[in-house]
Amino acid sequence: MNLASLNLQPVLPEIVLAVMACVILLVDPFMPRRGSLVSYILSLGTLAALFLITLLQMSDTVRLSFAGMVVNDPMADLMKLTIYVLVAAVFVMSRQYLKERGIDKGEYYMLGLFAVLGMMITVSANHLLLLYLGLELMSLALYAMAAFKRDDGRASEAAMKYFILGALASGILLYGMSLIYGATGSFELTAIAAAAAEGAADDIVLKAALVLVVVGAVFKLGVAPFHMWLPDVYEGAPTAVTLFLAAAPKIAGLALLIRLLVDGLGPMLADWQAMLIVVAMLSMAIGNLVAIAQTSFKRMLTYSTIGHVGFILLGLLAGTAEGYSAALFYTIAYAIMTIGGFGIILLLARQGHEAEQLDDLKGLNDRSPAMAFVFLLLMFSMAGIPFTFGFWAKLAVLQAVVDVGLWWLALFAVITAVIGAYYYLRAVKLVYFDKPVDQQPLQADSNVRGVLVISGAIMLIFGLYPTSLTVLTASAFGL
Amino acid sequence: MFSSWPILSLLIWLPIAAGLIVMLFGDRRANAARWFALSTTVLIFIVSLGLILGFDTQTAQMQFVERVPWIPALGITYHLGVDGISMPLIVLTTFTTVLVVISAWKVIQEKPYQYLAAFLIMEGMMVGTFSALDAIVFYFFFEGMLIPMFIIIGIWGGPRRVYATIKFFLYTFFGSVFMLVALIYMYFQAGTFDIQTLHDLPLTHTEQILIFLALLIAFAVKIPMWPVHTWLPDAHVEAPTAGSVILAAIMLKIGGYGFLRFSLPITPDAAQTLDWLMILLSLVAIVYIGMVALVQKDMKKLVAYSSISHMGFVTLGIFIIYMIIANPDNPDGSGVSLALEGAMVQMISHGLISAAMFLSIGVLYDRMHTRDIKAYGGVVNTMPWFATMFVVFAMANVGLPGTSGFVGEFMVILAAFKANFWLAFLAALTLIIGAAYTLWLVKRVVFGDIKNEQVAKLKDVDAREAWMLGILVALIILIGVWPNPLVDVMHPTIENLAQQALTSKL
Repeated sequence: MNLASLNLQPVLPEIVLAVMACVILLVDPFMPRRGSLVSYILSLGTLAALFLITLLQMSDTVRLSFAGMVVNDPMADLMKLTIYVLVAAVFVMSRQYLKERGIDKGEYYMLGLFAVLGMMITVSANHLLLLYLGLELMSLALYAMAAFKRDDGRASEAAMKYFILGALASGILLYGMSLIYGATGSFELTAIAAAAAEGAADDIVLKAALVLVVVGAVFKLGVAPFHMWLPDVYEGAPTAVTLFLAAAPKIAGLALLIRLLVDGLGPMLADWQAMLIVVAMLSMAIGNLVAIAQTSFKRMLTYSTIGHVGFILLGLLAGTAEGYSAALFYTIAYAIMTIGGFGIILLLARQGHEAEQLDDLKGLNDRSPAMAFVFLLLMFSMAGIPFTFGFWAKLAVLQAVVDVGLWWLALFAVITAVIGAYYYLRAVKLVYFDKPVDQQPLQADSNVRGVLVISGAIMLIFGLYPTSLTVLTASAFGL
Repeated sequence: MFSSWPILSLLIWLPIAAGLIVMLFGDRRANAARWFALSTTVLIFIVSLGLILGFDTQTAQMQFVERVPWIPALGITYHLGVDGISMPLIVLTTFTTVLVVISAWKVIQEKPYQYLAAFLIMEGMMVGTFSALDAIVFYFFFEGMLIPMFIIIGIWGGPRRVYATIKFFLYTFFGSVFMLVALIYMYFQAGTFDIQTLHDLPLTHTEQILIFLALLIAFAVKIPMWPVHTWLPDAHVEAPTAGSVILAAIMLKIGGYGFLRFSLPITPDAAQTLDWLMILLSLVAIVYIGMVALVQKDMKKLVAYSSISHMGFVTLGIFIIYMIIANPDNPDGSGVSLALEGAMVQMISHGLISAAMFLSIGVLYDRMHTRDIKAYGGVVNTMPWFATMFVVFAMANVGLPGTSGFVGEFMVILAAFKANFWLAFLAALTLIIGAAYTLWLVKRVVFGDIKNEQVAKLKDVDAREAWMLGILVALIILIGVWPNPLVDVMHPTIENLAQQALTSKL
């Protein structure tokens, strides 16, 4: 390959982002008054520019570039667009929180953008090394973000835990990838799929590799039984960071699984399907059961995340294009719900009061009926009740598993959903049926309120008419 | 001329939109919210009369059909329509909601705008459930209405409201998820969620049994049937008056409607195989729950148990048809339509009577702030108008000829005679239990000497309450003496349904 034939256009968004993240890194220390306003505006501007570029580059075809290392397909485009929007929403919501806690530094946005770069590389990777590179770039930025409140013992512990267990997962994943290379002789996902289809799939080495990559990937996603780090990290990290961790990286996590298992090891569907059934069932059961026992709202939402990821895996393990589309649909719904859910903590928090306990929710309806209604929509959406977004997400993944004959798995899933409904109802009960303990007026700025209202509106609008999004996620998988 | 309008969509989305608007009124404009809600519900009721005017009583076909693709990726079509069994229930819904808004006028002082919004949204969802012809659209509304009801019981309910509302929600949710999986399963067998197509879907006996049981869990909880009825007394006792009215008058009917719309036509062979179970559960509800009602000390709880007992007649009427055709002494199978029509009339009539009973108890409760039967006695001396109307409702609840309560029960018992004499005998005998608990309630609350000072100070119904109860008196007696128009509306649909229910799919 000579440089003249090198076409940089397919990776234009990645290049723009890398350059801009470096610019922010340089500009920030030279700002006269220490404060992150410039970095904040530059970051949002960058995300807006990326959104435009990706939108203009969108196409229905699969475009390979860099000798087949990078792939741009409808799935990648849709995932990237979603990531930009989610991250922008998180940035907008976090600003006041960071300011009030004296950690309003440009690094937050800079690290966030590098994490986005990592996610984009993961999403577009067609090569094991690139996949790993993207994942690690994202993870490293996230470790640093978790430690952002460096004087806080809890946050430091969370970051340490996150780093060590994340590194362990990366090691397992990397070992699996090296075995894949050994069995198939290639790093490129398309070539791996071809080799697996030609008989390498029966190779015991490839089977061992599959086990390792599945474990590594679900470890990163926080799926039970590899979920133990997740509640501690999410609870310990500053809420603005938790918001970041919980939303967009899950899209990248789904992309990692789809690239590895579907694009790379698609011929071994039967093997990874069985593994994913086990972890999905465990995830749904543990996530929803343990959430009931929590007294901290933040921790409860974390366990609810574990349950939701189990549902996302249901769509994936169906092994059909409809299933992948349902999984992506669910992930987008989950990410928006989760931003709203952790956003409620930002809404209730103020300087010196983190509002992470369930009791802090009490009587929100008396303090702000509008925000209480948003909360109601978010909770019922997470529970999967009709008239909200979450219902269609659950319906889509259930359809996908029943379609491949796993109706007993669907039955198991809905029973865990009923169990899960209990703690969502309890949260709604605190907001609507109890009297407020905390009488102070809400101090969150209009940014937090605005994003919350938008997320509530999305729950209702997509709850009534999700068709536009189902069309997008279906076309992402060529349906 | 009416059938060209999207009346059903109007009846669903107008109240929901109005509910969202009412939510913006806030506490300061409570009166404006009340008038807005009242005028909307009256308007919606008037629109729903268009269904009656434009309804063709000669056909079993779906009418007022609307059909547009909704979510093609998931195979869901926005498909609405009504026939003879859903149309009366829709009108009952729009009518009851008007009463409910009136009943809340003065009583609800805490966040009245949210209260009215919840009932308006609820109305749209209930109409949606009755008019859905796509299984997922049905489920969408069926399940969605849990949200407003959860809020209604939880905010404006009694002391144990949190326990009651969470129990209500989880029971119903648990029941309906099995239905959801069954519906998805059938989707992949039939390739569509269209209910009428599912009616013709060939299914093996095992499949039918499993689907029937999945649907049974959903509808049995909703009706409710013994032994999954325990949420109902709790929910009724804790719910505010209007919540009890909607629960008893409309939501319970959705279970019975579900049996008619889904279970009988989709799984006729399973229904035939398991008819003994259904009849047994119905009789337990009628007899045992009737006895439980007898010993209640709380007026609302008494009426709640009486509701379960009366709904037992509905399920008895629905499932006895298989015993009727199996009876060798009745070779022509006559009585099948009678049983189903009896069940339907019983549903409509119970909707009116239970609404009336709960509204009456609400009238007393607003004055005395207790539902304890012991606290009352001699109400007739201070509230003669109220006492008159309450006695009419009680007589209707007993099933006295001349009231609507008589018609449905009589039809079901008459049909039961075609199946088995002793069965009918048993069902008829229970009318005595009904009479016992209702009349004893009337005796203890209304008649006798004035029990205490509080009763002595009671004021009779005001104009608002008199209108609210008076309309119900008129309707109950009207259906009691002249049920023909109602039966005529249902007849072609019931005939068609009976045929579907008795045609084997094997």
